[in-house]
Amino acid sequence: MLILECPYCGVKAEETELHGGGQAHIKRETVGSDDDAFEHYLFTRANPRGVHLERWRHANGCGKWFHAARDTTTLEVFGTYPAQTFEPPKDIIDAITAKRPDWSFKNWQGAT
Amino acid sequence: MKRYSAFAIAREAARFHSGWERAWRSPTPKKKYKVIIIGAGGHGLATAYYLGKNHGITDVAVIEKGWLGGGNTGRNTTIIRSNYLQDPSAAIYEKARSLYETMSQDLNYNVMFSPRGVLMLAQTHHEVRGYQRTAYANALQGVKTEFIGPQKVKEICPIMNIDGPRYPVLGGLFQARGGTARHDAVAWGYARACSDMGMDIIQQCEVTDVRREGGEVKGVSTTKGEIDCDKLCIVVAGNSGHVAELAGFRLPIESVALQALVSEPIKPCMDIVVMANTVHGYMSQSDKGEMVIGGGTDGYNNYTQRGSFQHIEETVRALIETFPMLSRLKMLRQWGGIVDVTGDRSPILSKTPLGNCFINCGWGTGGFKAIPGSGWAMAELVAKGHSPLTAEFGLDRFKEGRFIDESVAAGVAH
Repeated sequence: MLILECPYCGVKAEETELHGGGQAHIKRETVGSDDDAFEHYLFTRANPRGVHLERWRHANGCGKWFHAARDTTTLEVFGTYPAQTFEPPKDIIDAITAKRPDWSFKNWQGAT
Repeated sequence: MKRYSAFAIAREAARFHSGWERAWRSPTPKKKYKVIIIGAGGHGLATAYYLGKNHGITDVAVIEKGWLGGGNTGRNTTIIRSNYLQDPSAAIYEKARSLYETMSQDLNYNVMFSPRGVLMLAQTHHEVRGYQRTAYANALQGVKTEFIGPQKVKEICPIMNIDGPRYPVLGGLFQARGGTARHDAVAWGYARACSDMGMDIIQQCEVTDVRREGGEVKGVSTTKGEIDCDKLCIVVAGNSGHVAELAGFRLPIESVALQALVSEPIKPCMDIVVMANTVHGYMSQSDKGEMVIGGGTDGYNNYTQRGSFQHIEETVRALIETFPMLSRLKMLRQWGGIVDVTGDRSPILSKTPLGNCFINCGWGTGGFKAIPGSGWAMAELVAKGHSPLTAEFGLDRFKEGRFIDESVAAGVAH
């Protein structure tokens, strides 16, 4: 069973306490964006076989959204971090690259 | 290829079964094919089969990373139905269902199609209205379904408890010619027929790169060397996102785990397929006597073919109220498959940004029932560049807002 630590309340929550929210760090489009950009924003999703950054909500807890770094092929969790950021903090990137030396945020599908 | 028949069984019995042929060849790949299909699951093999049968294209290779039919084709709950709300869905699923009717004769391979009837339970008033609407839509689409009341439900399926406190049965949408088929046999039957037409099915061969030149696909690099092609067709279900990335484009798809489980075998007690979408469970009884149960998907991306345990618990817990006799059954085994889910829960059968590359994906949690129809339509798309069955299922529907919104119609058990 998937266990993620909520970065706000520090609770190690198991899956039934959480709600998955899909890909993290989606760039929001707004007035003036063209159709392609809107399609990309609304429908195209990173779906990597490997390291993924995603949104989770501590639904049956503090109720706040946070981000998690996880591997979709091993179900390994690299860490969680607060959602008020455009990219993962250094300690998360270090935790990922310690095990996946080739990984970088800018090459992650969701970053482009 | 020697045909299978009662006479063949008698002949082989007389000579100690020494004369059976291999059902398909395992060739080494050629340097070039007219069409390469990535993925030897049901959809990929069906595409190859109808390319040969309907369009005369037999210079085809089907490349498979693992073994034939070893992905979702071998992991589903084998349900066949076509009671969809939207017209494009009803057209392709009904095409598939009607092809299942004659598949065993067509392929000379017993796929054990059993049109035992599929019953989708309405357990809330919203579902009653939803399924009545679907029944009317089906009548207009030429798909034979009917909405039946709770007493008729009890008559068709006596082991059901129709007046449970949480999930009373208020009626159901019944498709009498829906049912099940032997999932492995569908893949094996198509593979045998394809091999007989001279197509190469190359197993244990993973595509590591899609080689491109000026907006066109030139060929693929695989673990068994480079293979060139005139046209490429990607039919890899849960791994669609990964292969599309190799080909340099992105899809509106996320891959999640869907689980199923079977009980110990018991005597025949249920001769239809029952789907209960309110409680996220669906069930049928296999010919071996096992109760085959499917559940809901996980809420996060996953490629491990394992799902979360609580989903099994939720599914079984909910089904027990409607099927009290389940409570004393032991569950025999459980497994997961990786399903490719789109935003509108409808598949993508489409051209791609690459001129000679086609993709068939996004069947999500409901691909098995569509195998022959999907292959039929995809073969037409690959051969002719357009098909009436795939017209609405293009990748461009997301940009243009022409969704085929079946998540409303089909709920979770798709």
